Amino acid sequence: MIGLISYLAFFATMAGILAIVVLGLNLQWGYTGLFNGGVVAFFGAGAYGTMILGGRPEPGQFGGFEWPFLFALAGGVLLAGAIAWIVGILTLRLRHDYLAIATFGVAVAFESIARNAEWLTGGAKGLRGFPRPLEAAIGNTFVYGLCFLAMVMAVLAAVYWALQRLVQSPYGRALRAIREDEVAARSLGKNPTRLRLQSFVIGSMIMGVAGGLYVAFYAFVSPQDLAPILTFQVWAMLIVGGAGNNRGAVLGAFLIWGAWTGSGFALSKFAPAAMQLYTGPIQYILIGTVIVVMLLWRPQGLLPERITQRFTKTASKVGTTSKGAF
Amino acid sequence: MTDPVLSLSALTRDFGPFRAVDGVSLTIRRGSITGLIGPNGAGKTTLFNMVAGTLKPTSGTVSLNGTDITGLPSEALFARGLARTFQIPRPFRRMSVLDNVMLAPPAQLGETVFGALFGRGKVAAEEARLRDKARDILAFMTLDKLADQPAGKISGGQMKLLELARALMGDPSVILLDEPAAGVNPSLTRTLIERIEELNRRGTTFVVIEHDMDFVMRHCDPVIALAEGRVVFEGSADEARVNPLLLDAYLGAPA
Ligand SMILES: Nc1ncnc2c1ncn2[C@@H]1O[C@H](COP(=O)(O)OP(=O)(O)O)[C@@H](O)[C@H]1O
Ligand SMILES: [Mg+2]
Repeated sequence: MIGLISYLAFFATMAGILAIVVLGLNLQWGYTGLFNGGVVAFFGAGAYGTMILGGRPEPGQFGGFEWPFLFALAGGVLLAGAIAWIVGILTLRLRHDYLAIATFGVAVAFESIARNAEWLTGGAKGLRGFPRPLEAAIGNTFVYGLCFLAMVMAVLAAVYWALQRLVQSPYGRALRAIREDEVAARSLGKNPTRLRLQSFVIGSMIMGVAGGLYVAFYAFVSPQDLAPILTFQVWAMLIVGGAGNNRGAVLGAFLIWGAWTGSGFALSKFAPAAMQLYTGPIQYILIGTVIVVMLLWRPQGLLPERITQRFTKTASKVGTTSKGAF
Repeated sequence: MTDPVLSLSALTRDFGPFRAVDGVSLTIRRGSITGLIGPNGAGKTTLFNMVAGTLKPTSGTVSLNGTDITGLPSEALFARGLARTFQIPRPFRRMSVLDNVMLAPPAQLGETVFGALFGRGKVAAEEARLRDKARDILAFMTLDKLADQPAGKISGGQMKLLELARALMGDPSVILLDEPAAGVNPSLTRTLIERIEELNRRGTTFVVIEHDMDFVMRHCDPVIALAEGRVVFEGSADEARVNPLLLDAYLGAPA
């Protein structure tokens, strides 16, 4: 029983962390139309940044400053934001094609640094040893797992709440307008450069938050965690859940993560031994199929974007207009 | 002309070796409905794009109310009271008609990250005010019943009205209309013309690109004709009516 609960807590913690990443991507892609093909780089910046600042010292290794978790996390998040800001400035107006190429490039470069800059990142074996927040105080591993889950859910709720405020405000309206038609938005006084850059940096910092939580959860990070499959999974979660809908983004994260771990479990349990070698590739194909089917069958996702924002709905106030007096 | 709202001086735009607008100098009288005519490819839209800041001129200057605005981006010009519509409508398709209109006013409190996150009360009050104004404008443009529809789902003619509605939301003093009646059914066109005349009576200056000669002759004064990037005629509608050059080119057989 405790084993099952532990497992479910483990599953939900990971799904919650991924949901935060998907929310970050949703701000960028769902609301602003910014293509980010390098999600892992910003997640990784949060993870490595938090680990280097908050981890335990190792001989011959830079970092391990043992900063309190919140400060280390803030550092990781700022690193993710700084990288996003530089990418955004360099691709100037973050036009689709440049941004797509640049973000792919950043992810490759980031992974390469993580793999090779051993003095900083521990190289291929990664960095290990992270004083997890409050672990000593709580003691019991099982209880701690539940507490950690609660913390991840609290962060997820806070990020969700802040993003909802943002996108349901005139700010979100301006982002969506830029996404729909930049020339028209400019002719109506909106500054796409500012809005795009902000949206990209904020979205990337949210991914950094998730990276920091991930490192605290595993107390370990290595280049394995930066494999392109993560970017791919996060995109699948957003497409399935519904781009432009934050509830959809969270739903997609839990569904796809469930399908991913479920299919891995099923393959390891029931597939013939010879096939188990191919578990990874089979899962890739499954997730690719899910994306394609979704794009064909329901491109708007399970929970589509709301075209009419609740807060601007007119129906309740019809009849109060004073014709022509604007 | 004593009180020009816009003056263009030797405005020129090249696309590679091709000169689309060639040294156009013009003044637009405050309070006028100025008609801009000319065959397809004459450079009318390119001229609008330069005046409204959508395209940078190759050379020449534009000034608005006596201030040089050459090369300012369109987002800056909208805030200064210069609005434009597009020949092919550019609605924000996956946004409601109402949101399309409420978007427009510049410098909204809730348009910054800080304001959106922490200024809830003030933003709500501002939104209520903008919503009322937007509903008034939509009613004025006969679009009020469509307020909650996605802007991508309304008819082409309604999109043209929406373009003007969005522009009005910024209380512009000058509006550049690029073929507002093209592809619009006659009853919507009548609405549109009435609205333009009504706004003009209230003081808004219009520059209108239009192929419908009936519209131009009846409602525009003065009329300016462009051909191959140059001004070939400038005068009143009455003068335009009897100008042999224009008769040939745009009016067909003399009426
Ligand atoms: N972005 C552009 N690139 C190249 N040529 C252009 C561009 N925009 C317009 N042109 C050319 O400039 C000329 C004038 O176009 P335009 O201003 O749209 O004419 P009009 O609105 O009078 O029909 C046309 O020959 C057109 O092909
Ligand atoms: Mg044109």
